[in-house]
Amino acid sequence: MIAEATTHSTPRPGAGDHSGKARPGGAMAAGEDSSVSVRDLDIAFGAHKVIAGLDLEISPGEFLVLLGPSGCGKSTLLNAIAGLLDISDGEIWIDGKNVTWAEPKDRGIGMVFQSYALYPRMSVEKNLSFGLRIAGLPKSEIEARVKRVADLLQLDGLMRRRPSELSGGQRQRVAIGRALVRNVDVFLFDEPLSNLDAKLRNELRVEIKKLHQRLGNTMIYVTHDQVEAMTLADRIAVMRGGVIQQLGAPKDIYRRPVNRFVAGFIGSPGMNFFDGALRSGADGPAAELGDVRVPLSRYDFARPPKADGAVVFGIRPEHIGLGEVPEGHFACEGTVDLVEAMGADTIVWTSLAGAPLTIRTDGETEIRPGETIRFSFDPANACVFDTATDLRL
Amino acid sequence: MSIDATSSREPPKGASALAFRSGSADDRATPSRHRERSATRGRKPRRLTIGRIGLYGFVAVAAAFFLLPAVVMVLTSLKTMPEIREGSIFALPESFDLTAWIKAWSSACTGLDCEGIRVGFWNSVVITVPSTIASIAAGAILGYALSFWRVKGADVLFAILLLGAFLPYQIFLYPMVRAFSMVGLYNTLACIVIVHVIFGLPIMTLIFRNFYAGLPVELFNAARVDGGGFFRIFWNVMLPMSTPILIVAAILQITNIWNDFILGLVFAGRENLPMTVQLNNVVNSTYGEREYNLNMAATILTAAVPLLVYFVSGRWFVRGIAAGAVKG
Repeated sequence: MIAEATTHSTPRPGAGDHSGKARPGGAMAAGEDSSVSVRDLDIAFGAHKVIAGLDLEISPGEFLVLLGPSGCGKSTLLNAIAGLLDISDGEIWIDGKNVTWAEPKDRGIGMVFQSYALYPRMSVEKNLSFGLRIAGLPKSEIEARVKRVADLLQLDGLMRRRPSELSGGQRQRVAIGRALVRNVDVFLFDEPLSNLDAKLRNELRVEIKKLHQRLGNTMIYVTHDQVEAMTLADRIAVMRGGVIQQLGAPKDIYRRPVNRFVAGFIGSPGMNFFDGALRSGADGPAAELGDVRVPLSRYDFARPPKADGAVVFGIRPEHIGLGEVPEGHFACEGTVDLVEAMGADTIVWTSLAGAPLTIRTDGETEIRPGETIRFSFDPANACVFDTATDLRL
Repeated sequence: MSIDATSSREPPKGASALAFRSGSADDRATPSRHRERSATRGRKPRRLTIGRIGLYGFVAVAAAFFLLPAVVMVLTSLKTMPEIREGSIFALPESFDLTAWIKAWSSACTGLDCEGIRVGFWNSVVITVPSTIASIAAGAILGYALSFWRVKGADVLFAILLLGAFLPYQIFLYPMVRAFSMVGLYNTLACIVIVHVIFGLPIMTLIFRNFYAGLPVELFNAARVDGGGFFRIFWNVMLPMSTPILIVAAILQITNIWNDFILGLVFAGRENLPMTVQLNNVVNSTYGEREYNLNMAATILTAAVPLLVYFVSGRWFVRGIAAGAVKG
């Protein structure tokens, strides 16, 4: 619900805030034109290392999503960038300044939290202006900034209300507004939509996307929801165990996941995996899955395959077709175990080489459990992982 | 029985749901919620079993055990001395005679002075008010610091503080008397207030720390991103949310400090003896006839403030006990 009318100009926020100050001279080697730069970051809670030696460069205006299951260190990384957490080692640079030991308020960031974190005893207006009042800005400046944000997020009618009198969606808009009034270059979002119901989540996701397109700020967004990650991100950093597994455009991560974890985490329903072995034959390499042999002559190997190695073969449900078999596709037959109608599409459960296989097909299908179906896929769309290292071959 | 009750309640509910179609979701939800609530409250027992009679009997005995002394006190305080000597302690007074109350308040002898226990009352007020405010302020700030500004060793500090709550007062008395004498504060109002603040600190810190630990840390983080410092966040964000726990803390401290005897006796000095100590002096004065009616009246007057706090605060007081006891 971001106001479409763009009568009021939205100057690039933060322009006057930090650029005037002299930049600390000297070592600004890597990431000179990065908005946010994390260098060799270590974070430990007691003896337990949560993040070790992490590097991350984020360009100005980029929308970066940190994606991963809970406990992967993504929120820890975000809190470290925000300055809410003491780091053990490494450096954090924002807008060309080393802010490793700066207070959160001095880092030029705005932050939106999962639980909204609105001050419960203050009106919406006071919530928005709290930071500006602390900073001691003149009253007219505070009013102007609050009004601009209220217009942008359509909060005008709510200014006198307490947070408890707002709906979940309104609360999160106020929380976003509180980050916006700070006129900063970098916005940090910590799972901002996960407390909302599915419908509101979709609405606000679109709002955040529009907001980014209009303001052009750098945004770092933490989520465990791969749909949010795929739709919002310019680049996604998939994390596990405090390590960035893969950093890239959503499409690349979807098409060419670097390892089995990333492949399984992205996509819904998840990728089908089969244990097998790589064999070389007259027609080139092939994956042997039990008694099924999938030729891989069309597959684009990232590194030359070791013959006779144990592999995990993966294929996404949406890459499997029913009916007519196109040229060069691998085809097989199976008995339908279960049919899940989801409206727009249908998930068909069958099996391949003794392991369950899901196929995503259109919502109009008439397939019934017990039927025998013929399905096919292009081996070029498959993913083959080394069983020992879990890396994509 | 309960089924009958709910079904007889249902037709009008159903009718209203039909009548107000627009808000149907809410309307439909109400009857079922009613049904649930009546189910959780439990239905009336159909028969009096022996167990139930025993239970009620025990409750009655327990109530009598605590109420009878209070009843006797009130009755005795309203009697004249001849009446007390002759009649049973449970007999009703012949006339409601308030002279013992007046005497207790304004002219009973506490040692050599005969100005009643009103002197002690005002002394107790003067001790309780600053002690309560100061100990709550200290406990709140310390609890806030321990939950949000987690410095290294915060847990150790907290553990040591809690240990203090479990050590008996008596072992501190003499060292503290010596310490206060050395700085020339012994036997002053400031002395007794400081002592109350120190002894109140562990429990105050505990309940505030537990309360603040229950608040989302994101709220604190948001305030830090907004640029709030230690006291700014405490004053503008945390304190406005602390009303429930402030009430609980006030109840605990007012009753504790008002009921204190030994600290007041040892540290307050002759001029500032609290009401509890004065009461003891009234009751234990050894010359002449023991005036039971006066003693009873003086005792009730001394207990009046905590009693008033209990009656006014009711559910808050129970919450206060839970806050101190449940979470560790």
